[in-house]
Amino acid sequence: MSARDDVLARVRASLTDVAEPDGPVDWAYGLPTAMADVVDRFVETVTDYKATVVRCGASELPGQVMRGLMETGARTVVLPAGTDEMLHRTLEMAADLSVRVDDGSLTAADLDATDAVVTASSVGIAETGTIVLDHGPGQGRRALSLVPDRHICVVRAADVVSDVPEAVARLATSVRAGRPLTWISGPSATSDIELSRVEGVHGPRHLWVILVEG
Amino acid sequence: MTATEQPRRDKDGRLTPAPPEWTTRPAAPFPEAAVKGLENQVQRANLRHATGTIRAKRARVVAEVDNWQDLRSAGEAIKNRTLRHLDQHLVTLEESLTKAGATVHWARDAADANRIIVDLVKATGEQEVTKVKSMVTQEIGMNEALEEAGIAAWETDLAELIVQLGHDFPSHILVPAIHRNRGEIREIFREEMGVYGTPAPEGLSEQPAELAGAARTHLRNKFLRTKVAISGANFAVAETGTLVVVESEGNGRMNLTLPETLISVVGIEKVLPTVEDLEVFLRLLPRSSTGERMNPYTSMWTGPSAGDGPQDVHVILLDNGRTNALADPKGREALRCIRCSACLNICPVYERVGGHAYGSVYPGPIGAILNPQLRGVENPIDKSLPFASSLCGACNEVCPVKIPISDLLVHERHRVVEEKKRHQLNQFEPAMMKAASWVMADHKHLEAAGTASSLAGKLLPIRTIGPLPGPLSRWTQNRDVPMVPAQTFRQWWKENHDERA
Repeated sequence: MSARDDVLARVRASLTDVAEPDGPVDWAYGLPTAMADVVDRFVETVTDYKATVVRCGASELPGQVMRGLMETGARTVVLPAGTDEMLHRTLEMAADLSVRVDDGSLTAADLDATDAVVTASSVGIAETGTIVLDHGPGQGRRALSLVPDRHICVVRAADVVSDVPEAVARLATSVRAGRPLTWISGPSATSDIELSRVEGVHGPRHLWVILVEG
Repeated sequence: MTATEQPRRDKDGRLTPAPPEWTTRPAAPFPEAAVKGLENQVQRANLRHATGTIRAKRARVVAEVDNWQDLRSAGEAIKNRTLRHLDQHLVTLEESLTKAGATVHWARDAADANRIIVDLVKATGEQEVTKVKSMVTQEIGMNEALEEAGIAAWETDLAELIVQLGHDFPSHILVPAIHRNRGEIREIFREEMGVYGTPAPEGLSEQPAELAGAARTHLRNKFLRTKVAISGANFAVAETGTLVVVESEGNGRMNLTLPETLISVVGIEKVLPTVEDLEVFLRLLPRSSTGERMNPYTSMWTGPSAGDGPQDVHVILLDNGRTNALADPKGREALRCIRCSACLNICPVYERVGGHAYGSVYPGPIGAILNPQLRGVENPIDKSLPFASSLCGACNEVCPVKIPISDLLVHERHRVVEEKKRHQLNQFEPAMMKAASWVMADHKHLEAAGTASSLAGKLLPIRTIGPLPGPLSRWTQNRDVPMVPAQTFRQWWKENHDERA
């Protein structure tokens, strides 16, 4: 018998006492969590994770991205394909910044030699301070927001939801379409040494979040 | 891999640090191992600090969630529902994974799983793999199986790296190096890193940030050049074939993203029916384990993704004793476990004896029921584990999926006793019980026995009974038994109450 048939046969033999089909689970999925102001809470919880959060209007976005790159000391930056045109042009014009657009050919070593990445995002979660990328246009493949040491991440206020259930409900379409998801809550961190938290182990050590309102 | 980066061999000819000897030979049963743990003052201090800190963090973030008890009930119900029809969900998972472009393998036991992994790595021609921290690869002893096949498997989680370089064994599900302090970690890094790869920087201090920095440097080259990575999964969604890995450091993301081949070992109990079910577990797990609202990184992937991440994706569905647990309608409840480790952090026994005393990869209260279920109650360690508890019940309250841990400990104790009876290994206990039942059967018998024993109390001028011989020594080696009183209770009652009445 193949291992597959063996394991399934064992599972079935173990469940002979189970006769009736599954009943419904007493849980209402996808409900929001009550809070005074979703966006304020998001700013509070993301900041709590030692990430920087900046709020701005749509027209200020390119300037705020420039500021994030300068303040984290980035000289080289990679942009995912599908990055906002206006933002792309502004960064390319900056004198002391070297900009590359990822066409899929950059190696891990190339990314390791790049200071920063700027990405868009899919959903923000207020209660947990989490940002989710579904790696659609402007969000890049997964390695992009991982290997460079600084991640400048743009979140639209309209994409911020109260809590995990609302986020999962929104993202289910992406998952069903086979897209990978990356959930980011603050910069890379460890608590493995006497449980004292250290920011930055293998992922980006700086997470700079720009919250675009209006 | 360039010529200068060939895997090195240490003085014993190994590619990776040798694990401690006791993991490869039969370990001591709990009562013996616990004494060793108790005597380790450094470990006790480290554990007291660590579990105290994490208990407080967990309590704080759990209190933030208004419907925490409903959430626990939902977690319990979803897991029960899934386990009760596990065969259907596994078949669905296999179909979804295959449709998504992953290759599905099935493994009856550790040997099956390790054979599949070794063959897959050999087919790539690589001699080195990197790993995401996972309990299941510990459970099957994968690192040693790869080492024997000439393949170096590297732990990339900071704590697992500390354990691996320290020729040590994990002592906690979530923070495997919880028993080590910063001074010990510095010594391990200074002595061992250079033997196997990038050495620790000169003048490395005991500061956690510097130690984490040394690990980052040591592992970065490995991440950038690795072609094969191995992971477990926290959850596997049957409906879509999506695997989920929850982590903090980004080492998980490195492994899941940069290599060409990804092999994930998934215990068959990890399956969840739908994407929506994740909302419950992604809220329960981080708050219960690290005491955070959310862990820094969660990755979800559904087979290979064009132009992004490993293109050769394998999933091994592993039984390894899980169907033993499933076959017991009561014991089945332990399979709900999501490996959060909240029960370890609250356990007064774990805090004092440490994780190594449990002699297995699953320590603490959950280990005390899981191991006998997965491996049976025939060997001395697994037989001893259900008794490694004071049954205080604190673990029941913190378990995010409401596993009645203390009930299951009693249930497992019963199994151990039944097993013992079956083998008739102990004739002494039945004889004692027979004598006791004669004494209790009739009040005259009881009075006679009382008078007989109080005679001993009158004659012997001692207050406590010291070590006793034979089977009773198991009881008296750790306890002083008070001497039998010179008067029975009945005699005392007669003197003090009957007269007044």
